[in-house]
Amino acid sequence: MKGVVHSFQSLGAVDGPGLRCVVFLQGCTLRCAYCHNPDTWSTAGREYSVEEVFEKAVRFRPYFGTTGGVTVSGGEPLLQWEFVAELFSRLKEAGVHTALDTAGIGDIGGARTVLRFTDLVLCDLKFSRKEDYLRYSGADGNRVFAFLKLTEEMGVPLWVRHVVVPNLTDGRGHILKIAALARQYSNLQKLELLPFRKICLTKYEQMGLPFPLRDYDECPEEKIRALYKLTEERSSSG
Amino acid sequence: MDHQAWKNFKGGSWQESIDVRNFIQTNYRPYSGDEAFLVPATERTLGLMKKLGRLLELERESGGVLDIDTQTVSSLTSYRPGYLDKEKEIIVGLQTDRPLKRGVNPFGGLNMTRKACEAYGYRLSEKVEQEFRYRTTHNEGVFRAYSDEIKAARHCGIITGLPDAYGRGRIIGDYRRVALYGIDRLIEEKKRDKRKVASQGMEADNVRLLEELYQQITFLGYLKEMAALYGFDISQPAQNAGEAVQWLYFAYLGAIKEQNGAAMSLGRVSTFLDIYFERDLQSGLLAEEQAQEIIDDFVMKLRMARHLRTPEYNELFAGDPMWITEAVGGMGEDGRTLVTKSSYRILHTLYNLGPSAEPNLTVLWSADLPKAFQRYAAKVSCDTDAIQYENDDVMRPVFGDDYAIACCVSAMRVGKDMQFFGARANLAKLLLMSLNGGRDEKSGIQVAPAHPPYEGEYLEYDRVRRLMDVYREWLAKTYVGAMNIIHYMHDKYAYEKTQMALHDTDVHRFMAFGIAGMSVLADSLSAIKYAKVKCIRDETGLITDFETVGEYPAFGNDDDRVDSIAQEQVRLFYEELEKVPAYRDAEHTLSILTITSNVVYGKKTGATPDGRKAGEPFAPGANPMHNREKNGALAALNSVAKLPYEICKDGISNTFSIVPQALGHTEEQRYGNLVAILDGYFRQKAHHINVNVLNRETLLKAYENPEYCPNLTIRVSGYAVNFHKLSRQQQREVLSRTFHEAM
Repeated sequence: MKGVVHSFQSLGAVDGPGLRCVVFLQGCTLRCAYCHNPDTWSTAGREYSVEEVFEKAVRFRPYFGTTGGVTVSGGEPLLQWEFVAELFSRLKEAGVHTALDTAGIGDIGGARTVLRFTDLVLCDLKFSRKEDYLRYSGADGNRVFAFLKLTEEMGVPLWVRHVVVPNLTDGRGHILKIAALARQYSNLQKLELLPFRKICLTKYEQMGLPFPLRDYDECPEEKIRALYKLTEERSSSG
Repeated sequence: MDHQAWKNFKGGSWQESIDVRNFIQTNYRPYSGDEAFLVPATERTLGLMKKLGRLLELERESGGVLDIDTQTVSSLTSYRPGYLDKEKEIIVGLQTDRPLKRGVNPFGGLNMTRKACEAYGYRLSEKVEQEFRYRTTHNEGVFRAYSDEIKAARHCGIITGLPDAYGRGRIIGDYRRVALYGIDRLIEEKKRDKRKVASQGMEADNVRLLEELYQQITFLGYLKEMAALYGFDISQPAQNAGEAVQWLYFAYLGAIKEQNGAAMSLGRVSTFLDIYFERDLQSGLLAEEQAQEIIDDFVMKLRMARHLRTPEYNELFAGDPMWITEAVGGMGEDGRTLVTKSSYRILHTLYNLGPSAEPNLTVLWSADLPKAFQRYAAKVSCDTDAIQYENDDVMRPVFGDDYAIACCVSAMRVGKDMQFFGARANLAKLLLMSLNGGRDEKSGIQVAPAHPPYEGEYLEYDRVRRLMDVYREWLAKTYVGAMNIIHYMHDKYAYEKTQMALHDTDVHRFMAFGIAGMSVLADSLSAIKYAKVKCIRDETGLITDFETVGEYPAFGNDDDRVDSIAQEQVRLFYEELEKVPAYRDAEHTLSILTITSNVVYGKKTGATPDGRKAGEPFAPGANPMHNREKNGALAALNSVAKLPYEICKDGISNTFSIVPQALGHTEEQRYGNLVAILDGYFRQKAHHINVNVLNRETLLKAYENPEYCPNLTIRVSGYAVNFHKLSRQQQREVLSRTFHEAM
């Protein structure tokens, strides 16, 4: 089994718990305005066998400790679900914690297979309404909600993540809706609000693509802290 | 022997003979709790620090040197006592009679002293010139003996930074001995040693040692006189914590008044001092506030230590460093941690007094360190970028549990080992010289003996390796030869009397060699092996450039194909050095450490087959070349971790910079993740790491605006430096380094 890999980030400290080796796969059908990896959209790239990726990833085992492991991200990893399933199964066998970083778009049957070997799902919940999904990401929101439902059914721990773009996705009402939606899932462990950053700008420039959010500001950490506080207050007040 | 000063200490062999380790082991109290007990700086400390802050500002405004006493040769008793604020200081003693005023110390080299004075708008006085007219300095001695070949090797930069014009440094006196035993006892022991040596016959080695012992004893006497100038009698042991710190500081002060060595480490003092603090805290003599105040005051004094350097020196070792390295933490051989509350207190000075490059606080990391201490150290790194880490788990088996770090990464048993410091050989240049039949690729001058140069258009790996074998042997012989001359002369003309008086008489000697350009060499050989490298020759046939086509695995990606080349080259060079006998039967050791000289080495080296252009800086220490790490930070760390510590016992330096956002979303996550990085790296037997958690933007702002963040401290290669004290070129080089980011 071969997979098309974009790159490896051996020090992944922000994609799941602990230190993680993050494997970025090629290919994504979405075109999200704030996408920070436009270089993973294409399905072309270097092929690796499951064993090659496994060997590379386990070299970082000394850093995993009791919490870290391997995260497969992308692109949309579920587009290569067979590869991911086999890789995760191999990692599980070796006792390595596996996390899937996905937008929840993909073949639901394939997702079911992957989730059997997945210790944690990091799912990017971009919008609360399927109309917005279609409009801003070109995606069928129903599939995302079906995927989230599936993680709940299969009892896979879930982190819902949401990118906060100032003046776009940082409204209090919007954040509360996202939080309420996420909390519908009983397997939710964490809601992560990710600050929008623009370090991807050079990538867009190199690829000759316009960055749709070029004129938006990066999200300051204080804003993230304030929004966390907001969601926590609401959740404790019922 | 029993002393009032030793009341409530547990007895042991330390009472019978000079044995500080035994004193520590029988008396210290390990601490595994967290930092909650620490207290903020007192009003007094803050007031004093403010005063010092103003002086530091003045020093910066005056171009880096506040004042020079050009009339007086620095030594233990040559200045009247000086104070920052006599009424308020708890720990006293300055190098000269005024804070931040620099003395002149021509014993290492008169020329260097002259040039240093002139660089800052001063002139060495006629008085000092007269005093040295009929004296030989270390520098003069060395150049009397240097061969033409050594001079040529030095001039072209295949060997650079040799301590042949200034004090060699890298010697750590066991300053604790003065606090524990008092000077009189130390003199008594040295006199006994001297009688014993005299009875063993008058071979040349013994005669030299006898004279050295005579000098040691004399300087112990001067140390007493120096303390007396400040109103203290240090002939007897220290009675309490305040005295222990004061006695120990006097010993260190004596050393830096006598010697302007390149690196003047403090040693491993905090856990030793903790025994005194604990005793005074138990008996109610002190409260935590006063304990911290004493440490704060002590550290403030260390931050005021200065040597007078030339601009050329600053190119190699940027930012006016002293390397007042203090080793903190680690584990004991019996499995108890050597972390005490005073390990926390000394790190806490970075909060109470603000971040600073000195003292060079070095955490000795072990997988077994208390978790709370690991987390605290990580927090200090995230907050200050001022500390470095070295692997106690690889050093302890070699050096025991009472070693300290000289300079950046060189471990030595305190009071038992010393080293002959020896800069570094440029291995990237060795490769080019091997291809060019011993000619310097920059000037075309024949430096090494002639041998047929590489023939043919494309470089073949095996043929290149064979040529390197020829010139490696030459380089090792030349390098050891230069070192033997340097240290012979330093012993003869600038012997470290105070520091060696604080060593066992029967001292073990290392000769510490170094290499620069390790990753350039590894990548170049990898390019030759895995890509296609074409030679470009000038009209005289000299290979001056290369055309490299195709990809090759680069060091820093955890790729064994190239990492094994690095391992092999390091080993081969060490084996070659070992074949040449060293002065005073010293044991050969090797480091992969450049300080900031990677910029100068780069300047002196032509284009290399890895694609590096002529004159471009090398990576510092054992770091991979900038921005060639394609698999993230841990892959880079894994590559460095493969370099063999058993070959490089003088240390393997690695500098790691990461933006805070890539280390975790919250502060607590960042601490946890940094601990995991350190743990994973050191579990693979890596030796050293400098950690910077900062944004490139912060540095850019500081680069563009010299007023911005005046105390901005960053770790470079084995030490910390104030960013503003770097030259523009060095600042640019730091900015060009890889800052690990999240994707």
